[in-house]
Amino acid sequence: MIYVENKDLVIPGQVLADDECYPGRGTFKEDGKICSSLMGLVSLRNKKIRVIPLKSKYVPKKGDVVIGKINDVRFSMWDVDINSPYSGILPAFEVFGRDKKELNKVFDVGDVLFLRVIDVDEVKKAKLGLKGRGMGKFRGGIIVDISPTKVPRLIGKKGSMINMIKDKTNCKIVVGQNGLVWVKGKEDMEQLTREIIHMIEAEAHTSGLTNKVKNKLYLAIDGELPVEETEEEFVLEKPKLQNFKEELEQEEREQAEAEAEVEDEAETEIKDEVEDEAEEITEENEEKDAESKPDLYEVIEELKKKNQNKKDKNISFSDNSNNSFILNNR
Amino acid sequence: MSDMIREDGRKFDELRPIKIEAGVLERADGSAYLEVGGNKILVAVYGPRESYIRRLLEPNTGVIRCRYNMAPFSVGDRKRPGPDRRSSEISKITADALRPALMLENYPRSMVDVYIEVIEAEGGTRCAGITAASVALVDAGVPMKDIVVGCAAGKVNDEVVLDLSEVEDKEGQADVPIAIMPRTGEITLLQSDGDLTEEEFQKAIDLAMEGCMKVSELQKEALMRKYSTE
Repeated sequence: MIYVENKDLVIPGQVLADDECYPGRGTFKEDGKICSSLMGLVSLRNKKIRVIPLKSKYVPKKGDVVIGKINDVRFSMWDVDINSPYSGILPAFEVFGRDKKELNKVFDVGDVLFLRVIDVDEVKKAKLGLKGRGMGKFRGGIIVDISPTKVPRLIGKKGSMINMIKDKTNCKIVVGQNGLVWVKGKEDMEQLTREIIHMIEAEAHTSGLTNKVKNKLYLAIDGELPVEETEEEFVLEKPKLQNFKEELEQEEREQAEAEAEVEDEAETEIKDEVEDEAEEITEENEEKDAESKPDLYEVIEELKKKNQNKKDKNISFSDNSNNSFILNNR
Repeated sequence: MSDMIREDGRKFDELRPIKIEAGVLERADGSAYLEVGGNKILVAVYGPRESYIRRLLEPNTGVIRCRYNMAPFSVGDRKRPGPDRRSSEISKITADALRPALMLENYPRSMVDVYIEVIEAEGGTRCAGITAASVALVDAGVPMKDIVVGCAAGKVNDEVVLDLSEVEDKEGQADVPIAIMPRTGEITLLQSDGDLTEEEFQKAIDLAMEGCMKVSELQKEALMRKYSTE
């Protein structure tokens, strides 16, 4: 017996289902009942119940791309703040191999870097590296802080949301999975982007958000609303629960399909922008949540094989993600 | 006997009016504001975050720390600011009352800080503090088994009553504050101050439990309101 529906808002301690389901992330089992341990939205698939939190702290995971700030320079490594309960370290040899150089001349305290989590040890300390496209130090720009759970929403399906913001504001935007977003552009556009990002964070669980953001962007930059068919959608100010569910389901499906494409592109396109990298990876994570369609499963299997053939360091992590994806589906 | 009206016009099993609001502070990870009768309480939650106190750190789970503080202007006579015997005790029992509900196994070596600020006090602040703190913890996204809720019962004029006000607390014969996890009914805090017969004590607990269940509904409502109306 399942007491909740997909995309329902639940609170900690709420009974979600009886024994017949499998407890997933954000839930726990007690006396044969599955209960939520978080405040969030229910995700029900193949008798597996999960709760996707509204707010959470970033816990480092191998393969993630994050934005971090140098906290301290030590003898052979940097201490990095990655907006998480756990700090990260960037060993010197990850930056310049076996050469000995003075560390504080390369990165100093306060520098903001785009990094990849190479490994997470048993005390959850994250070992970071710079291997990958666009990894390294940011020059200029601003940092916007959002909840890590809102990152997929900020990127949108196929990166629709983030690309729209990028196109309209002419800003460079990099999204780290730890909820930090780097924005660089004209000063007023940076501020506008910050506002927009915060708006997305605050309203991430509502429907019709893409249109709302679109309208706000057009209003702020062109001084008028876009002339397209967005008018209708915009009237829907108070989200109807049913529509919301359908929309999200639809979104998930599309995302799952889109993901396969994105992955393919990624293999052919060697030179790409930093921003896209971040998106790809985030979408990939999203996709783990996505539907388990039989044909998709095949696609992933294929991809996995491809990735295994290609012993490139850059994609070694995505290999990993695919593995966990498959595990999730079984 | 049971339809006696109390000093402030309440029935024996009637709570004071309660108002709960979740997520009121911008900079804290989670927060809540609560009013019960004349009590005004603000709670801020930070974390799970990196533990900066080494000796508190646990290698296999996260830890919770609470600080209960009364503002100097919260009571009739000015309260000397800073921690005292009473507030240290309440800080400790609040942490103990909340701990069983928390699931911090996924955040080893981390720390959750709960700051309870009593802006105005009118009896029953420890229960109100616990009630508000658990709402703030949920708002912060800390994994929890249940939302802990606190409520007191006591004995005034030889009658067991629910949710003592300041006057009733001072002039009454006993005060039994409890905190429970409403889904299972587990008691996480039980104190008793004053003289009660065994029968009265049992009655007080039953009454307080009932009160907790009512307050729990308000907690849930407050949380749902915060996120579903947007």
